[in-house]
Amino acid sequence: MRFVDEYRSADVAKRVSEQIAGIIEPGRHYKLMEVCGGHTHTIYKHGVENVLPPEVDLIHGPGCPVCVIPMGRVDDAIAIAERPNVVFTTFGDMLRVPGGNGSLLEAKARGADVRLVYSPLDALRIARENPDREVVFFAIGFETTTPSTALTLLRACSEGIRNFYVFANHVTIIPAIRAILASPDLRLDGFIGPGHVSTVIGTRPYRFIAREWGKPLVVAGFEPLDVLQAAYMILRQLAEGRCQVENQYTRVVREEGNTRALEAIAETMELRTTFEWRGLGFISQSALKLREEFGDWDAELRYDVPGVRVADPKACQCGEVLKGVIKPWECKVFGTACTPERPIGTCMVSSEGACAAYYNYGRFSRRLETVAT
Amino acid sequence: MLAAVERRRRLKPKLRDEIVTLAHGAGGKSSHVLVEALFLEELGNPLLAPLADAAVFSQNGTRLALTTDSYVVKPLFFPGGDIGELAVNGTVNDLAMMGARPLYLTAGFIVEEGFPTVELRRIAASMGAAARAAGVAIVAGDTKVVEREKGDGVYINTAGVGVLERDLELSPALVRPGDKILVSGTLGDHGMAVMVARGSLELEVSLESDTAPLNGLVDGLLGATDGVRCLRDLTRGGLATVLNEVALAADVGIVIEEARLPVRAEVNGACEILGIDPLYVANEGKLMAVVAPGAADVAQAALASHELGRDACIVGEIRDEPPGLVLLETAFGGRRVVDMLVGDPLPRIC
Repeated sequence: MRFVDEYRSADVAKRVSEQIAGIIEPGRHYKLMEVCGGHTHTIYKHGVENVLPPEVDLIHGPGCPVCVIPMGRVDDAIAIAERPNVVFTTFGDMLRVPGGNGSLLEAKARGADVRLVYSPLDALRIARENPDREVVFFAIGFETTTPSTALTLLRACSEGIRNFYVFANHVTIIPAIRAILASPDLRLDGFIGPGHVSTVIGTRPYRFIAREWGKPLVVAGFEPLDVLQAAYMILRQLAEGRCQVENQYTRVVREEGNTRALEAIAETMELRTTFEWRGLGFISQSALKLREEFGDWDAELRYDVPGVRVADPKACQCGEVLKGVIKPWECKVFGTACTPERPIGTCMVSSEGACAAYYNYGRFSRRLETVAT
Repeated sequence: MLAAVERRRRLKPKLRDEIVTLAHGAGGKSSHVLVEALFLEELGNPLLAPLADAAVFSQNGTRLALTTDSYVVKPLFFPGGDIGELAVNGTVNDLAMMGARPLYLTAGFIVEEGFPTVELRRIAASMGAAARAAGVAIVAGDTKVVEREKGDGVYINTAGVGVLERDLELSPALVRPGDKILVSGTLGDHGMAVMVARGSLELEVSLESDTAPLNGLVDGLLGATDGVRCLRDLTRGGLATVLNEVALAADVGIVIEEARLPVRAEVNGACEILGIDPLYVANEGKLMAVVAPGAADVAQAALASHELGRDACIVGEIRDEPPGLVLLETAFGGRRVVDMLVGDPLPRIC
């Protein structure tokens, strides 16, 4: 397929891999974190780790939007979904995420009207077509999905659709990266920066990572060659003693980002004082809520949600996995008590989650790793 | 640690869900748990136990195959077919996968109050045409009507009986390391055609379901070589699910090569957009064959000589390691496990 196969060429991969082998210091071990769940998915789907030299380790960061939603928020979502007259709309991979009291899929089986949508505009259409129902959109995701929620709100406002509500759970990537950088267990050499998020926010917001923390970051696309080339660009910076923000995904990402998308976000949403991230705890100014002017569309104002904080299960080590302190399979419950069928932590739920990616795609290479170590 | 994960995976499944969810009907792990830990426990007998496409038994010296399947597809009419054609072909194919010649089918209709008779006639006519094309007759039937909103228009159940005229056994338990794996054509056509026909994606691609009776194709294959060990049609759950079932049943490893998998560009494109893997997408007119190493080329030629097997190709082979796992050599030069899905393939957020 054109525009896809070019970015998956095994021959080019081999050449990049040889170039990487040529610039790494003998005996040194490198840990690079891909922040974004989309990259984790690409890495496992295509077997990128098999192509990298064994000295280069990829650590899977906190950028899986489904993984970072705390269980209490899932319970709140279910409470809204189970109200009479509510049509609760959500992206597909949020359906199976367990809260303290089951998942949306189970709520649906119990009778809640839960519908899968591909875009918040689909949810708005359901609202337009069903004026006697209250249609709620479960808004989750980083800056990648936030603009579409913002535009949908603007449209709901301009069309005067009053039976549409947004349950806002949008999070922002920079505070999460800051939290990881501030973690005392941190042992990372550089970051593969998120591609879709950067399409919106541009490359400037990452500069502090190079300046204050001395770590290189390269924004990368989502094809396996993108990831491989980004790894090469980080390792080249390290070899040359540089530390910068670079852009591998130039075919999409601009330095200033997408200003119209940023304007739409700023018009409709504002930062929350604090927000809980699964595994990482509360991070200040890390999530968005609707502005007061959009209060008529705010599900949190429309409904009394339980708002009960559910502590992560004790056995769950999602936080350490998200920070790259342990590999997924080093978690005490990985693959035994916690499986994609019965996830304890959300890292096991979405195919972008580090644990599910390991479980589904990586069991064999992990076997080789354990034999080797 | 790894041993613990593997042991866990091989444990007899336990049904821990208190209610049935859609995941139990999607053909993946949840479906398996429901069937093995509930139905097999309550209904188990030696003929049911292999959980094959059809049960095979002897009566007065004649070997017969018996199967049943229910059809709940939405929309009822989709590019390339409809629920009626699907209901005939699906049951014909389940019989063909055991090496049987399909003879007679039954049809049960559960119709929703308010359903237009003109559409019901269209479905019945399409079943008649499909039955004639497959060389079977629908010889018994039943009709029930349920209240409005208690069904999606119409559900159909078909059962079928066939006769095994060749002295052969086809079973995943018979596959051996070194055997080759063939598929009869492009993967994922039916599943993506139906997903696109639901209209919620607003994708403009022309995709048609591949629904077709495979008994003629199978007859040609079995006539060409006696090296066929196992046949499976690649319905719900796709090639990935079938390969996992074979790997577990035979306790063998399976390696397939991504570069050899036949997938239409349109299907690939739609899958890329949705973040769905065509390996898990349903087919209704494709089969997988495991054949002895020496018979692979003959088998491929036999499949390719039939109209429904034009794109047949060898996609991988059986290995002794790692037992119970399916591995994919990616076109990128990496390697990964292809596991069974838990439920339906869900579109990814980004």
